[in-house]
Order: sequence, then C-alpha cells, then structure tokens
Amino acid sequence: MAGEFNVLEHELVPEHHLLSEKEAEKILKDLKLTKDQLPKIRISDPCIRALDAISGPVEEGMVVKIVRRSRTSGVSTSYRLVVRG
Amino acid sequence: MMVSGVTKRISAIKFAQLSPDEIRKMSATKIITADTYDDDGFPIDMGLMDPHLGVIEPGLRCKTCGKKVDECPGHFGHIDLAMPVIHVGYVKEIKKLLQSTCRSCGRLLLTGEQAAEYLRQRDRMEELGGDTLDTATVTKEAAKDAASRTTCPHCGTVQLKITLDKPTTFREEGHKLTPKEVRERLERIPEGDLISLGMDPAVSRPEWMILTSLPVPPVTVRPSITLESGDRSEDDVTHKLVDVLRINQRLRENRDAGAPQLIVEDLWELLQYHVTTYFDNQTSGIPPARHRSGRPLKTLVQRLKGKEGRFRSNLSGKRVNFSARTVISPDPMLSVNEVGVPIAAARELTVPIRVTERNLAVAKEMASRGPAPPGDVYKAGVNYVIRTDGRRIKITDKNAATVAEGVEAGYIVERHLMDGDIVLFNRQPSLHRMSIMAHEVRVMPHKTFRFNLCVCPPYNADFDGDEMNLHVLQSEEARAEAKVLMRVQEHILSPRFGGPVIGGIHDHITGAFLLTHEDSKFTKEETLRIMEKTPGLDMPKPLVKEGGVEYWGGKQLFSLILPKDLHMTFKSSICQRCDECKKEACEHDSFVVIRDGILVAGTIDEKAIGAFKGRILDKLSRDYGPDTARMFIDQSTKIAIGAIMVRGFTTGIDDEDIPDQAKREIDDAMTQARLKVEEHVGAYRRGELEQMPGRSLEETLEVEIMKVLGKARDTAGQIAGRHLGMENSAVIMARCGARGSMLNLSQMAGAIGQQAVRGERLSRGYWNRTLPHFKKGDLGSEARGFIKNSYKSGLTPTEYFFHSMGGREGLVDTAVRTSRSGYMQRRLINALEDLKVMQDGSVRNTAGTIIQLEYGEDGIDPTRSVQGEAVDVDDIILSVLGDKGELIAKVQEKGVVSYGIQDRDLLETPEEPETEEEPDFEPGGGEEG
Repeated sequence: MAGEFNVLEHELVPEHHLLSEKEAEKILKDLKLTKDQLPKIRISDPCIRALDAISGPVEEGMVVKIVRRSRTSGVSTSYRLVVRG
Repeated sequence: MMVSGVTKRISAIKFAQLSPDEIRKMSATKIITADTYDDDGFPIDMGLMDPHLGVIEPGLRCKTCGKKVDECPGHFGHIDLAMPVIHVGYVKEIKKLLQSTCRSCGRLLLTGEQAAEYLRQRDRMEELGGDTLDTATVTKEAAKDAASRTTCPHCGTVQLKITLDKPTTFREEGHKLTPKEVRERLERIPEGDLISLGMDPAVSRPEWMILTSLPVPPVTVRPSITLESGDRSEDDVTHKLVDVLRINQRLRENRDAGAPQLIVEDLWELLQYHVTTYFDNQTSGIPPARHRSGRPLKTLVQRLKGKEGRFRSNLSGKRVNFSARTVISPDPMLSVNEVGVPIAAARELTVPIRVTERNLAVAKEMASRGPAPPGDVYKAGVNYVIRTDGRRIKITDKNAATVAEGVEAGYIVERHLMDGDIVLFNRQPSLHRMSIMAHEVRVMPHKTFRFNLCVCPPYNADFDGDEMNLHVLQSEEARAEAKVLMRVQEHILSPRFGGPVIGGIHDHITGAFLLTHEDSKFTKEETLRIMEKTPGLDMPKPLVKEGGVEYWGGKQLFSLILPKDLHMTFKSSICQRCDECKKEACEHDSFVVIRDGILVAGTIDEKAIGAFKGRILDKLSRDYGPDTARMFIDQSTKIAIGAIMVRGFTTGIDDEDIPDQAKREIDDAMTQARLKVEEHVGAYRRGELEQMPGRSLEETLEVEIMKVLGKARDTAGQIAGRHLGMENSAVIMARCGARGSMLNLSQMAGAIGQQAVRGERLSRGYWNRTLPHFKKGDLGSEARGFIKNSYKSGLTPTEYFFHSMGGREGLVDTAVRTSRSGYMQRRLINALEDLKVMQDGSVRNTAGTIIQLEYGEDGIDPTRSVQGEAVDVDDIILSVLGDKGELIAKVQEKGVVSYGIQDRDLLETPEEPETEEEPDFEPGGGEEG
C-alpha cells in the first residue's frame, strides 16, 4: 500500500479499529449480543483493506470498532462484523 | 363466527416445488376436454368447469367435499401434458443447473474439495448471521465457478456451451435441447450436488422445474360470469387453460398417430407457448396471448404483480368497514381533540357493546330505540344485535321492541356513535404519524366533518373541498391504545423537530395580536364579548378607569388563560431585530415577558401561539403536559376569536394604496435602476467591466445587474413600506405571522422585481432575445424580465408574459417534487417498516440483528427533545436563577428551529404562483377538491 492513498485518513471516513478476539468477546458480552446479530462489513471494504495493511491480517468473523463523530450525540461507537464478499 | 381461544405462532415458512406426483395427488379430477359446458348449460365432467373443482353457483353442492358455495374452498384439478414443457418461472435456475453440471454423468463440475469449500463458506455465512441473500451469493459463485470448467472432473467428459434462447429454448452449441432432454439431464444430478447448488433435495428435485403435469386452479379462483343476455363469459385463466388443453390434445393425437417429427415439434412448441403465457403473459420475447377483442389476457403473474396486484392491493392494503368519508369544514368552538360527525354518518357507524348484567338495561333501552330513534335530540340507536350463537340480527323499526326484549348478557349490541367515542381521523396523503389522530366524537347536524382549525397544520388540511376519513374503533384494546398514543394532544409536539405542529393559524394569530398589542383596552361590554365563549374564566377587576369608564387590558385578559406559575421570556414575531434590544422597554412591544402567569410585556403572536413556532405551546406541552396544552389551545382560540370579532378585521385592495408622491419615488428608483443596468451593459460592451474572480465576463455582468435590480425592488418595497404602518391590516397580518409576508406586500404595493428561471434572468425564447418586442442582444432590464410595476398598478403585456414564465417554473418544480418524493418515501417506508426500538434502546429488525446500537446514536426521542437537543440548558438556567439567568442564557435568538420552514424573504426567489405561501414541509400534497 506504500504511497497509496489511505482512506482511513480521509476526514469523512470514521475511525476503524480492529478488535482482538478477547476484546470482541468482552464487548459482545457487555452488549448481550451474539456475533450474528452485529451489523456487517465486507472484507473487501476499502476501510478493512486499509486496516489489514495497518493492524495485521483481518479475517472473516473478526469485529471492527467504528468511532464516528455524530451530529446528535457527539461521538458514537458502533461495531461491525467482518464478512466475506 | 368468532374463532376464539387458540392462537398459534408461525415459526417458519418453507417454499418448495410441487412434484408431478403431488400435483396428481392433490387433484380432485383429471381434466381432459377443452369443453366447459354442454348444450343444456351443465358443466362437463373432466372439463374445466367440472363440479369436482368447487361450486360457484348458489344452491349447488361441491362434488368433492359436499359443501355449499361459501363453505367449499374449491379443489385443484390437473392436466397431464402429452410432452414435458419448461416452466418459465424457473428458466434461470434450469440454466444455472445445466451449465454447472456434467452433460453425461450429471455431477457438479467441481472437485469434491471445491464443493466442500463452498459449502463451508456458506455455513460460515449463515453462522455469522447472513441472510438468504448472502447465502445465495455463495451458491451463485459456486455455480459460476463450476460453469467455467470445460471438462468434468468426475468422468472427464468435455462440456459443451449451453445458451438460453429467451424465453424458454435451451441450446447446446447451437443444437436445440428439447424439454425432454433437459429433464433427463436434470434427473441425473445426484442429491449431494444439489446442496452445493442451493437446493434442498429433501423437498425439491430439479426435474420438477420441467412440467409433466399442470395443476388446474379451482373454479372459485376463476369464476365464470353470466351476462344479462344469458351468455356465459369465462375468466381469462379459463380461456388460457382451454388453449393449453386443445393443443395438448392435438399434440397427443399427432404423436400417437406417428405424425412427422416436424409437426410434433411445432405442436410441442405451441404447447410451450401456451403454458408459458398461462403463467406470465408479459414474458419478454414472445407476443402476449390476446382475448378475441384484442385485449391481452390477465394470467397468473398479472394477477399478482404491481400496484393493482394481489400483494399491493389485497394483502398490504385492505378495504375496511366502520369508516366514513366526507367533506371537512372548520368549527372553532370544538376542542382540538374533537371531531364533529354528521348525524347521518353517526347512524351508520357503530360501536359493538358486549352486554353484561350491569349494562343490560342500557343495552335493551338502546336496542328498543331501533336504527332511527325519533326526537329532536340525537340519541344512539342500534343497527344490529349479535346473539350468543353468533347470529346477526338486523334491527328495523318493526322488530326493535321484540329484539330488545330478547337481549341478554353475552349478546353484542352494535350501537350508533355517541358523543365522546374515540375515533381515528385521517387525511391523505398520510405522510407522518400526525396524519391519523384519535378524536372524540361530537354528533352534529349537517353533512360535514368539523374540527378545530388548530389541527389543520398536522393534517395539512384546508376547506377548499378537502375530504377526510374517519374510522370507528371496534375493540376495547384498540380504544385504549388510541387514547394513550394517538389523541390529538399527544401530538402537539412533532417528532420532526422538537416543537409544536398544532397551534394557531391565520385569524387566531391576528386575534391574539389585536388582543395583546401595546396598551389595548376594552370596555366592559367588549370584555364580556371576548370572554363569553371561553367557559370557566372569572371576570377580573378592571385595569383602569378613565373618565368614569372602566377598562380591561388585553394583556390582562390573555393572562387569564395562562397557568399561574408560568415564567417565560422571548421575542415575538413582530420584533424588528434592532441593533440594541431594549428588552421590556421595546417600543414595538415585541419583548414578551411572562411572570407568574401574567403577561407583563410584549405581544402574543405567531412566535407565542402559532403552529410550528409557538413558544408558549412548546413550553406548556413539555412542562405542564398535553392536557394543559390542549386546554390552552382551546381557550386561546376562543379568546383570540373573541378579540378579533370585537375589534373587527378586514383587508382589501386599498391596504396597498400608497400616495402619488411615493409612486413617483418608486418610478424614479426604477428609472435609475434601468439606467444603472444600461451603464453596466455599456461598460461590458466597451470591455471596461472588471471581471470577478471565478466568473466569466458575462457572468460578472449578470451578477452586477441582478444586484442592482434586487436592490431596486427592495428600495421600491421600502418606499411603499414607509406608507404601510402597523394600522394597516395587511401589515398586521404579515408582521404578526398570520398570513403573507412583507415581501408579498412590497410586491403588491411597490414593484414585483426580477423574474427568474433556474436562478437566472430570462434569456430564452427567440434568437438572442426573449420576445420580438426587443432588439436582438438587448441585455437591458425590461428585455430580460424585470417587472417595475406592482401587482396593484398592473403589468405591461411583456411583463405579464415574463411573470408567467417564472410562475410556470414554480408549478413544474412542485409537480416534479411531489411525485419524486412520494416514491422516495415509499421506498423508505418499505425499508424501515419492521424496525423497532427494543427495551435496551437498540434498533433491531425482525430477525433481531442490530441496526443501531442506540436509537439515533443518542437514544433521544425527537418528540420529547427540545428542537433536537436532549436538554434545554437555557430553560434550566432560567428556572434556577430566575431573571438573573437571562444574562447567561441566550434568551431567544434560537426561536424554534423548524427545519425547512423559513421566511421566504430571500432575494431572487422566483415569484410564487399564488400568494399562498405555505410554511410547507411535506413532500406530497397536490391540491384536492
């Protein structure tokens, strides 16, 4: 990805963080959710590909934390499940 | 008959194909002849109208189940096809299956590992919460992968390319495959491989996509009708089945007689055509089958598809009973949560009352009154009584007494509407939840529905012929729910912007203004007239005594209807936005101060009680509850109307009269503007015009000219405005926010100004000019659509033409906007209809997957919000610190931010077609009536 444009640095793209297995489990437990209930994000998504280059290999079934600036609540956090496609 | 007791929950629905065996098994009879009725008019056995298929004529009994007309659901029959035929609905799947399996051994064209890998991926997808669409993409990929193979990995056969000649012909390298051959290939596919291709072999086999027998729908689905002449007219579906049967018969005869291959094939193809159009008569690539009259037949798919199809018109939408529709008219004496229902409608609409021991006497009395109780005073009668055995008895004047005698506990009595019943009231287009609200019934004489004017804005109703619908609730649960959730007072605050949508309009605002502006005072008689319509108010002590006459103050009267502990401070609509605000000492009386429920200073107008902007309404419904707010609206309507009637109010063309001196001044201003424009044009022609950055020379010129002409219109408006003071009715309406704007006034009295299309001066029409009245290339003000006249002084012919051009653009825009936003809203509703906010605050769909972790990311209910914010900090500061807090809190300034609702006092707005300038918000609409 060297020299290429990194989408994550664009001001309109919210922060994406890759969660470890442990972190993901804890968050799911806190939210009382199972993985299949999470919103999804494709592994081919430009953000996930950029994340793959930065924080190591991203695989199907991993959870990504997305922090975005929100018009209504200041900062909002959401989670997405990486899926095939 | 009421079915009571058991309710069952559907846990899953599974769709599969119908196998030929199943078709035959569920068939009541085999259909072999294309004839329907014999010469005597009786249905022929084993014909399309076979009595085994159900009954459509009253009095007859079904030969299969023995039941009568409405009891027998009808039974399927079947046709055995002489040769197999492809089912158009499955063509895509058949193509996929043929391409991805081996032509000789029928196995999937993937190695075992590859197939297993795709299966694993699909399972993974399912495990991670993928829906059927997601899994379908995986199988599609597998099929695509398999289709790209040229040799079978299992038997090594070289694969030939299979193409589809739409709609139903398959070819292998140009050689035609008959449906029979296709069926044989599909039969060879082993069960294990079907799973990888997304089929469940336990319930469906691919060869069933090729039809060998055809189910014949029951006659109840395709009833024939008898015309007045005695002729029978058959349903389209029956016609089509006749075609299928005829060709099927000919095909069988020819085949059995050993006719030449060519003839058999032709007939086979004809059978394919008929079966295809039987399913879908709009299949692309083949001509639609037509009726004798030339009208295309309505076959199975046509019955289901589109707006008039089974889904959208019979399943998503239904016709209902216990509803009424009529023209609406206003009645300010009704409370906002009431609706006036005409007696004629009230006698048709009924509420079911379950008779118990306690209401037995009342029920009997009502039933004995019959369907049309006599007397001048409206009394509820009864139309029907439902006995304990479920029989429904119609009450007539004759049998009323006897039926009433028989009424006992357990009966249901359907009584007429009465005052106080809860009903739903609705105006289309129902674009937001305030379009259907619960009202209390007031039965009234005459023929229209009537309601308080303050509920016009949420329904977007006016009285130029609008009609509205009313629905009577039929169960106790429904009434309770409507009462809690849907009553008008619960909807004073809108979820669209945390502010009021129900409130004063037009005269209501003018009335409040006249009542409270400056030191208005009223004599005893006037005061009584103002107060007489508002029950429950005590006459206060007179405010002043002048020359032996007692006077009551307008502000004092208005204070009577305010809660006793109300504290508010805000600027009213008439505020001039002076550089330095003098607060209470404001010379326009526009600084509203309410202390302990007393209006100390300021004028009550649109900002205080108007729909969309009313600050008092906002505060009352938020802090004192919907019921207090409702009462305030009711009382303020009556008191405002009292005030406007005491003073009297009218507007006419002489409200736009200005002195000759002013007219000359406006003329001068117009002439100067014209000269200035000519100057600019001259400078441009000589090349002396200084180009603006980012603009071409021509654009610069246009901008400069627009600036000059915009200013000219404003000057004209100002000159006219100098002679239009607060004593002018039109000005009062514009300033207090009742109707119209100062811009409208200056266009009536001063000058209309520049007309625009697409935000530019008019330029199109003839070659290089707008009209043949001007020279080619004339860039002057008159030639490009500037109107120096006012509506009052009248337009010149060219000006009139230009004005029409600008007006037309507005009309086209609204027409385009409504249709486009209507479709947009339909799509949005379809996408969001089954989402709901769960107990934990998350938004989920029916599958339980998360849409938003927290509703709206902040969990705030916009209805309860303060203009979208969770808390109103200023309001809290004020209530804690009192008047001292005003220094800290940014009192006012924010007003109510009603999204999209702004004053239209913008420059360059193209003239609105009517002076009707709606504070409009809705996408839909369109004039009614």
